[in-house]
Amino acid sequence: MADGKKIATRDSYGESIRDLAAEHEDILVLDADLAGATKTAVFQKAWPDRHIDCGIAEADMIGVGAGLSTMGFVPFCSSFAMFAAGRAFEQVRNTVGYPHLNVKICATHGGISVGEDGASHQCCEDFALMRTIPGMVVLSPADDVEARAAVRAAYEHVGPVYIRFGRAAVPVIHDPAAFSFAIGQAEVLREGRDVALVATGLMVAEALQAAEALAEKGISARVINVCTIKPLDRETILAAARDCGRIVTCEEHSVIGGLGEAVCSLLAETCPVPVRRVGVEDVFGHSGPAGDLLRQFGLSAEHVAQAAEKLVQETA
Amino acid sequence: MLTQEEKKRLQVLACKVRMGVVEGTFHAKSGHPGGSLSAADVITYLYFQEMNLDPSNPRWEDRDRFVLSKGHCAPALYAALAYRGYFPVEELQTLRQIGSRLQGHPNMNLTPGIDMSTGSLGQGISTAAGMALGAKKLGKALRVYALLGDGELQEGQVWEAMMFAAHNRLDNLTVIVDNNGLQIDGPVEKVMSPYPIQEKLEAFGLFAQTVDGHDFDALDRAFAAARERKGQPSAIVMKTTKGKGVSFMEGQAGWHGKAPNAEQYKTAMDELSAALAKVEAM
Repeated sequence: MADGKKIATRDSYGESIRDLAAEHEDILVLDADLAGATKTAVFQKAWPDRHIDCGIAEADMIGVGAGLSTMGFVPFCSSFAMFAAGRAFEQVRNTVGYPHLNVKICATHGGISVGEDGASHQCCEDFALMRTIPGMVVLSPADDVEARAAVRAAYEHVGPVYIRFGRAAVPVIHDPAAFSFAIGQAEVLREGRDVALVATGLMVAEALQAAEALAEKGISARVINVCTIKPLDRETILAAARDCGRIVTCEEHSVIGGLGEAVCSLLAETCPVPVRRVGVEDVFGHSGPAGDLLRQFGLSAEHVAQAAEKLVQETA
Repeated sequence: MLTQEEKKRLQVLACKVRMGVVEGTFHAKSGHPGGSLSAADVITYLYFQEMNLDPSNPRWEDRDRFVLSKGHCAPALYAALAYRGYFPVEELQTLRQIGSRLQGHPNMNLTPGIDMSTGSLGQGISTAAGMALGAKKLGKALRVYALLGDGELQEGQVWEAMMFAAHNRLDNLTVIVDNNGLQIDGPVEKVMSPYPIQEKLEAFGLFAQTVDGHDFDALDRAFAAARERKGQPSAIVMKTTKGKGVSFMEGQAGWHGKAPNAEQYKTAMDELSAALAKVEAM
């Protein structure tokens, strides 16, 4: 968070896929009438012949992408998380996942921070849906630097990948010069021994802030950024469980089926330690400014710090 | 135009494909004979007359592509692939069994010759449109064929794909509709009428023809006209009989997804053997 710069990861997506396309002729971008919002309009401007607008037809877009992939192209199918993972779930499952085709599903507008559009567009279920598909890689970058790296890694990975990007501008927490990215590798951003904050997406910046606040109270919090929701980096999370003995998961997703439950499943079977899940409780969102909604739904540094402090007290 | 010799060869092969369907579903004790038999003639025509293929190189990049959007009719496709030389005919008896390459619905990663995994209705046509667009982008002259059921037209995604194909002027794509008139719950017009089919397809921007799907001469003329048509995708609506070739299955919705028992199997194979002998003697 060095210079306080904020960038929405959807912008990172549009720009990075535009730039990556200069290196790889096989990249195509598909949209479902949302190129302006998914930020692939910048790709479309640079590569008009390689941009395919499918109209408001996400199910067809996923199928067209699957067909194109069998011809040797690497299609990046873009829409909002609600429609890419939600509406087109079965197309993704049966026509991309089952044949294990090289299709990238790039979903912007994940989570509650969609803001004013309200619950119909706030997808807090995408990790849950995508994680259950065998062979699907699920990525959730935390900032601009990681989002760009995730796009490149998704291209280099042969097989289906789902990436969630956000609508709202979020702090840039990584130094691009010192950053390296690999699918399946979580990142320890801060060392700590009392509790581990295991976060993904925009909650990583919040977890870092929470760790600062906890330090002032004498609680040493490790902060782990889990960009790859699947396959989960078991080693890094198990090490945190062993070293800290307590875990707080932090995600802009339902507490059902997302990172929190993935971590709980791993720990329950391998290294049971107390866990608290910070996420969207089992409710729908509503309209409002993104920042206000995140606070209202308990997705802020303050909430993470409170949950961690309470957990430490309860298990002292 | 088909020569007499070509036509006879296709009729012989179609009988064998039908026997393969009965063989497979009997041994599997499950599967979908009705729609497989209504589509047996067009699948035979595609694999033995129309499509540019190389069974010794199933992944040949310039081959024509076939997507069985009505994936439950896999038994007919498997039989055609086996007789075309993609795998041994004896393998048809392994249909739907554990360890078999012949899954209940087509799997492109298991079975040589399958171009797309299908089974969930409405989705195959979108993948065929993607293949056709991809071929155009690559400057390849290959053609793409998608076979749909008439009941499948009830899936909304089918019409998304039709719009996409027409909008992108995919004249290398031919959509075939097997209009056998029956779906699981009964006649299509009673369950949820897709009619009028040809007019709907035309309204969506396709060059549509309606033909007798059991008449090889008619199929040959329709596919030739489709190849000639430039600037728009084509559709061939085939009037067919569900269960065609097995007397007790013909026109019976009940044979959509039911396997013959031992007695029915024998009767069906006797009928098809007699039909084969008759064609061969012509």
